[in-house]
Amino acid sequence: MSLAQAEQPSQRPSSAGDQQPIVHTRIQPSHGWVSLRLDELWKYREVLYFLMLRDIKVRYKQTILGATWAFLQPFLTMIVFSLFFGRLAGVPSDGVPYPIFSFTALVPWTFFSNTLTQASNSVVGSANMVKKIYFPRLAIPIASTLSGVVDFCIAFVVLIGMMLAFQIVPTLNVLFLPLFVLLALITSLGVGFWLSAMNVQFRDVRYTLPFLTQFWLFITPIAYPSSLIQDPLLRAVYALNPMVGVVDGFRWALLNTDTLSLPTLATSATVAVVLLVTGAFYFRRMEKTFADVV
Amino acid sequence: MGNLALRIENVGKQYQIGQGKTAAYETLGDRIVSTVQAPFKRIGSVLRGQSSAVATDSIWALQDVSFEVQHGEVVGIIGRNGAGKSTLLKILSQITEPTKGAIDIYGRVGALLEVGTGFHPELSGRENVFLNGAILGMNRHEIARKFDEIVDFSGIEKFIDTPVKHYSSGMQMRLAFAVAAHLDPEILIVDEVLAVGDAEFQKKCLGKMSDVTKEGRTVLFVSHNMGAVQSLCTRGVVLSQGSVNFMGSANEAIDYYLRNITSSTSRMVSFPQDPSRDIDIQTAYVYTLGKDETDTFDIADQLTVEITYVVRTPVRGSNLSFALSRDGTLLFRSWDIDLNRTAFEMRQPGAYVARLNLPQGILLPGLYSIYLAAARPKVGPYAVYPDCLVFEIENNSEDWTHTSFSRGGEIMIRLNWEIEPSQ
Repeated sequence: MSLAQAEQPSQRPSSAGDQQPIVHTRIQPSHGWVSLRLDELWKYREVLYFLMLRDIKVRYKQTILGATWAFLQPFLTMIVFSLFFGRLAGVPSDGVPYPIFSFTALVPWTFFSNTLTQASNSVVGSANMVKKIYFPRLAIPIASTLSGVVDFCIAFVVLIGMMLAFQIVPTLNVLFLPLFVLLALITSLGVGFWLSAMNVQFRDVRYTLPFLTQFWLFITPIAYPSSLIQDPLLRAVYALNPMVGVVDGFRWALLNTDTLSLPTLATSATVAVVLLVTGAFYFRRMEKTFADVV
Repeated sequence: MGNLALRIENVGKQYQIGQGKTAAYETLGDRIVSTVQAPFKRIGSVLRGQSSAVATDSIWALQDVSFEVQHGEVVGIIGRNGAGKSTLLKILSQITEPTKGAIDIYGRVGALLEVGTGFHPELSGRENVFLNGAILGMNRHEIARKFDEIVDFSGIEKFIDTPVKHYSSGMQMRLAFAVAAHLDPEILIVDEVLAVGDAEFQKKCLGKMSDVTKEGRTVLFVSHNMGAVQSLCTRGVVLSQGSVNFMGSANEAIDYYLRNITSSTSRMVSFPQDPSRDIDIQTAYVYTLGKDETDTFDIADQLTVEITYVVRTPVRGSNLSFALSRDGTLLFRSWDIDLNRTAFEMRQPGAYVARLNLPQGILLPGLYSIYLAAARPKVGPYAVYPDCLVFEIENNSEDWTHTSFSRGGEIMIRLNWEIEPSQ
């Protein structure tokens, strides 16, 4: 069952009356790893747009609070964290007030954990389309992930409001913020590719997700500062989690903490890119069975 | 040939079934267990002298299918349920991939497979038109240009901004067909569109499809409606058990299908039951008194069709449908509610038997097939059995009115010519 399709657009001498060159498609099984066909994905970018539109529309359908949820989720978590970790447990917060310390981390984290969950279920949730029409399947988890950016933006506006309230003025570091947003996006996409493709075949993924996101929350410096981890070896292993780079980066860029270490960031970024590339190839490899299995 | 639209070469599609399947709902645990077991099993089978390839758990839905289609041809693909028609269309529209062989397609493909064709239920009709168009590789301006025409054709202007999930299956089909037909694909693939929708829309679809073919575009058409295949298609391909059994003109293909593929002349059939259906047809039987052993009847025989069915829950707005075709051409259709409106209003649970006496003496020699269905018009069918009974009528009696084939026509009606000398 190891097959794939290859499309080679080529031009044939057009027959009388045809203005456009005729598209030639060749469908045949091929073996092993297959090309990502990013050119095709680009050609289908409008499909991506409509899938995103759908995801955004559907997300808060039939909810009372609607898009308010986009910031309520991190905001309420922040309150709980501030009470229990900040006040009761006295967890250090790199010299910034604990609420803003945790909220700065929770904004990218919520983006990550939500898109992770949504992307993982995206292909299974689109079974109806997958079984009936052809388009590059990669568009499904990508659209699902990108549509999470809207939520991120809403939560980010609230973050700015909180920074004003706490009278925190960002330094020029803030110029690097888009890089960390990009890193979060790459991580979400990479994990999303892996899990959405696996979920088609192994429905276990769905049950693993809540545990996975919770576990991931604890190995990411959200409720606590990454400076708590001092042991160099442990620190190196810790940095393998790309979200460490994201969260440290967010704090460094917005709150001007001195948490950012370049080796950590480099490790995180490398892992994220590896996840993205391998995830995309794994997805493409599994893709051919989607319509039969989903 | 500079005008080739489609070349299918030795295409095969294998599905894994049973153990070791990559099929649905395998759990990770299963996979781990079988991964651990697999090497041992393989070693075991090698030691026992068997082939190491475990190929017993797979079926070939398609095997060695090869044919070519020229631009402008309208090809009907005929076959029983499970013959591989839908699998072939899915491969052609790139939804799933072949296990073997290769296909060359010259031109943009528009596919219309079953109901809804990938509409997204949460998006409005308008958005779905654009989404579908985008999937067909058109940009927004192209779709916008065609938009009014599409909506107009579908006849659902009023609901175009309503989420598609509120549409009936008939409405979804209308819109899906309208999009696929108007977005100018060079090759149109159509699977069983005529199974849903009312007669008027079916007519509209057939009309549009024949327009499309007149524009010189290529159509691959799957249908159980032999009449539609006959009137639309220039060529026919008969699939049986995953292989091409016959290729030829549409008429020849239909004739071949009726003679060889449908349970070749069967006058008695019982259908699998599904307790979830409100109405289920159980058996059907065609007979004439005194001839129990033959599938061949005489033009003079009085034929009766006996249908047994069961109604499981009280049902409103349903009908049983019977249709008689001769050599693939629909002669007439009859509903049990034609003369019995109360059955349409409400049906009571129970087991029933219906006897239909076919008019005597009007059936010409030929190969006849019977279509049966239980359905709710405009909602959807419970069960559809095309060509479930097939029988032949011959001219063995000495009735000279039937001996002349040159008369043509589909039925024989003996008119009484009242003749008197004129002034």
